[in-house]
Amino acid sequence: MRQDTKMPASTGEFATQSALPATDEAPGVAVSIRGLRHSYGELRTIERLDLAIEAHGVLGLVGPSGCGKSTLLELIAGLLEPDGGEIELGGESDAGGRLARCAYMPQRDLLLPWFSAIDNAALALRNGGAGRAEARREAGALFERFGLAGFERSRPAQLSGGMRQRVAFLRTLLSGKSVLALDEPFASLDAITRAEMQGWLAAALGADPRTVVLVTHDVEEALYLSDRVAVLSARPARIVAELLPPAPRAPDRDAAVTDPEFVAVRERAMLALKEGTA
Amino acid sequence: MRRWLLPTLLLAALIGAWQVAASSGAISGALHLEDFLVPSPSEIAASLWENRSLLADNAWVTLKEVLLGFCCALVAGLAFAIALHLFETLRRAAYPLLVASQTIPIVVIAPILVVWFGYGIGPKLGIVALICFFPITVNVLDGLRSVDPDAIKMMRTLSASRRQTFLRVEAPTALPYAFSGAKIAVAVAVIGAVFGEWAGSSSGLGHLMLQDNAQLETARLFASVVVLAAIAIALFGLLALAERRVVTWR
Repeated sequence: MRQDTKMPASTGEFATQSALPATDEAPGVAVSIRGLRHSYGELRTIERLDLAIEAHGVLGLVGPSGCGKSTLLELIAGLLEPDGGEIELGGESDAGGRLARCAYMPQRDLLLPWFSAIDNAALALRNGGAGRAEARREAGALFERFGLAGFERSRPAQLSGGMRQRVAFLRTLLSGKSVLALDEPFASLDAITRAEMQGWLAAALGADPRTVVLVTHDVEEALYLSDRVAVLSARPARIVAELLPPAPRAPDRDAAVTDPEFVAVRERAMLALKEGTA
Repeated sequence: MRRWLLPTLLLAALIGAWQVAASSGAISGALHLEDFLVPSPSEIAASLWENRSLLADNAWVTLKEVLLGFCCALVAGLAFAIALHLFETLRRAAYPLLVASQTIPIVVIAPILVVWFGYGIGPKLGIVALICFFPITVNVLDGLRSVDPDAIKMMRTLSASRRQTFLRVEAPTALPYAFSGAKIAVAVAVIGAVFGEWAGSSSGLGHLMLQDNAQLETARLFASVVVLAAIAIALFGLLALAERRVVTWR
């Protein structure tokens, strides 16, 4: 593992216009979930869930372990089919249409060890039919902004945890899909790197707005990154509280999460979590 | 290089012990045999040198059988493993039979192949390929089935086609397994070639060993064994080297 290189998160580099392809997202509701039900056989994971996310909005989902958060993401991404209810992503409600519109970033970075960082990042472009040189050029143009400059040819095993996660996020972004489903993206990182990555993701989303569903068990992470946070109950998952964080993705993360108003909302979220688990 | 030190020392010690035991007549005495029936390592080495052109000619025959048979098994094994991986029904039908087929002793099949295909290279290729096919197929199939299901999901959300997922995720995952299978296969391939030659042949190290056995040319018999072992070790080493060059991510 190498030491993390300095990240451009706080230097305002993300304020510049994005070099990423624009997504075809229309304003309005981008993700709409109505009366969603899902179960694995006898095990009911989700029961009558309703959610809506505005275009370019970030919805945080927190809940106890095993409450069906990851299942919900897989449902949204089109990897699973619901037993009842409807999930609509930009007008598409069948699994194939959802898969085409949603990029799913799993908990583990799942970088392919036989590809270099740049080839991992460019995976979606290659799948889309781009040649190797073209895909590398397009992905490589973003390496500097992602704090990965100089590591294009490194294999995943040579990267630090934070860098691997950034490559995985770049890979997700380069799929060009309008909805991002992030499943505990920073769960595997140490506390300091995680805080840095949260600030970095906030800046990245500022430069490249996307509709994001962020699943996490870190309440602070959800409240800092999201426009709205839904607290889920233990299985079968239902929403027990919805919270509006005071300053979503504020430039100074450390100040934002210690703000009294933020702390008050966090207390309410923790209380709701506790009640939902009971 | 340190990891070679201990095995080399042990090998030298064993050869040295054999040398002392054989040349002093201890082994032949204990077995009530003529001395020439128990050659010492130095006698075997001398025989290797004296018969070098005879051994080389026959080794070349055997090496051809091993290489061609191995290549046939590699192609067939890869194709079969991929087919079993892609078609669930085929796997459920064929896999148990594949495993059960390993209880058939190859020694029994060899004479039958000779009856069917004659004394040429055909039956030897058949035996070598049959013996190599199983470790290659089973290892490649294990490799393909060990793919991380989350990686497949990830590829689906990145709009990968079935072919792209195979080429970019499944095949590289299976590659180290394929090398393991090939290394096992190449070691047993040499044994297969000897069996094939014993069942009926007019040249090759196996053929030479039968003759030497009948004529009590024990030193040359051992010399053949040394050459066979050298072939197997060299092929194994070549594959290990290729693996290091190809599988760079481990």
